[in-house]
Amino acid sequence: MIKPARIFSEVIKHLFIKPATSGYPFEKAKIMPNFRGRIDFDSPKCIGCQMCVKVCPSKAIEIRLAAIQPPAPAQVEGQPVVAAKRKFDCFMHLDHCVYCAQCVETCPKDALIMTQDFELAHTSRAALTRHYK
Amino acid sequence: MSKITIPLGPQHPALKEPENFMLVLEGEQISGATVNLGYNHRGMEKAAESRTYLQTMYLLERVCGICSHSHTTTYITNVEELAKAEIPQRALAIRTLIAELERVHSHLLWLGVAGYEMGFETLFMYTWRDREQVLDCLELLSGNRVHYSMNTIGGVRRDISIEQKAEVSRRIKFLEERTRYYIKIGTEEPTVAARTANVGMLPPAVALERGAVGPTARASGIARDVRKDEPYLIYDQLDFKLITHNTNDVFGRLVVRVLELVESYKMIHQILNNLPEGPIAVKVPMKIAPGEAVNRYEAPRGEDIHYLKSNGTDKPERVKVRAPTLANLQSVAYMLEGGWLADVPLVIAAIDPCMSCTDRASVWDPKKGKMALYGWEEMRKLGIEHYKKRGVNFSGL
Ligand code: SF4
Ligand code: SF4
Repeated sequence: MIKPARIFSEVIKHLFIKPATSGYPFEKAKIMPNFRGRIDFDSPKCIGCQMCVKVCPSKAIEIRLAAIQPPAPAQVEGQPVVAAKRKFDCFMHLDHCVYCAQCVETCPKDALIMTQDFELAHTSRAALTRHYK
Repeated sequence: MSKITIPLGPQHPALKEPENFMLVLEGEQISGATVNLGYNHRGMEKAAESRTYLQTMYLLERVCGICSHSHTTTYITNVEELAKAEIPQRALAIRTLIAELERVHSHLLWLGVAGYEMGFETLFMYTWRDREQVLDCLELLSGNRVHYSMNTIGGVRRDISIEQKAEVSRRIKFLEERTRYYIKIGTEEPTVAARTANVGMLPPAVALERGAVGPTARASGIARDVRKDEPYLIYDQLDFKLITHNTNDVFGRLVVRVLELVESYKMIHQILNNLPEGPIAVKVPMKIAPGEAVNRYEAPRGEDIHYLKSNGTDKPERVKVRAPTLANLQSVAYMLEGGWLADVPLVIAAIDPCMSCTDRASVWDPKKGKMALYGWEEMRKLGIEHYKKRGVNFSGL
């Protein structure tokens, strides 16, 4: 059942079709809408429960008390004193992260956000640790 | 003619993975072959013991870059069995869908690699271009092309919407058409026949004796497939054929894989058309009661076996992975004998080896030229001595 030159007609057809590759990086890369990229942090929502730190499989995330804390809200007449909400910072080690987004799923306050950002390469290792305030 | 022994590998013996083959040559013909493993040991089984069950899942996903879903599914099936969790039907169906998409991706990849090793690079370019379609399906459903992370303990992480279903069907229909063309190329093109027929022979009796698995065994006429022998997930509800071929050579392995692609497309359509309704996950407690479990899974390369021992904490006590390539390497040594040197890369590639999945600890002593396997006690002693030299004493533990 050998039929030579099966591939030739196909090769000739390919002369007339658009290339399958894209012109990235000169052209924007197509990313699926739910792609798991860099994890972003929304500080006002975070309550510092450390659940994300515990669940992360690659020790990529650190949640620390912020150096500058917001002042307590002014006391309203006749009401008890309201303590200031503590502010937390997030250190994300992009070189450790495996982009599984498990932290996003675990966070009880939706303080971590999955973005579609994937262009994260850098020439300096230090720049791979992002400090989100 | 005098005999010479040449080492093939560990740098890129066939694929870009480290493995060593010692070939005894008489002229251009091979009269003996030994396989040496151990260049890619990553200590994953040990690392799993210091992680929680959920973290271990992400670790085991990285045992292999192609069978990532196979390894996690086998592992979490063990966890769920020990936790006595009842997994919703919809979750099982989605797992099966990803498993079949993964098989399509892996077999198309193999077809390209085989084309490349034959010197038929046009086939390599075409298949790898078309494989992008299935990778896009996986990215669409799971959020990543390679490590899908679709599984979670108790179910799956993402649901499938109606638009996604339509998109996957559309792409699979395109692939069906392309695969029909590849079947023609594979079976009728003289280049393919000349390079693969009667190369890397593995008679059925030898395949059985050496415990070949997956397409390697099926190309020797052995009807062995975990999906049929011991159906897991929802394979018992799907209608598909077990593909075998009886030429016992690389050509047979090619035919089995391309025909399996067709069966996978059939299954993907069946799942998409009858996706059961309901929840996609149930809650499973962090701590797993003490017990042991073993599960089998038909990965694209063959039977994958996982063993899990739990001790009542939130971390596994022992995880053991037996990847399909380990089972097939015994057959490779046989297939190489009597063949020609120029066919070696193709024969090795024909089992679709995945060395990084396969490597477990073994120690090679170059002075004595000896290979030794270490037991648990010796390993422990070795570890304690190693750390003592660095000033840490673990012997009390
Ligand atoms: S995405 Fe995964 S690896 Fe990255 S910080 Fe979150 S949990 Fe950790
Ligand atoms: S990001 Fe979420 S999980 Fe992490 S500490 Fe803040 S609230 Fe807790």
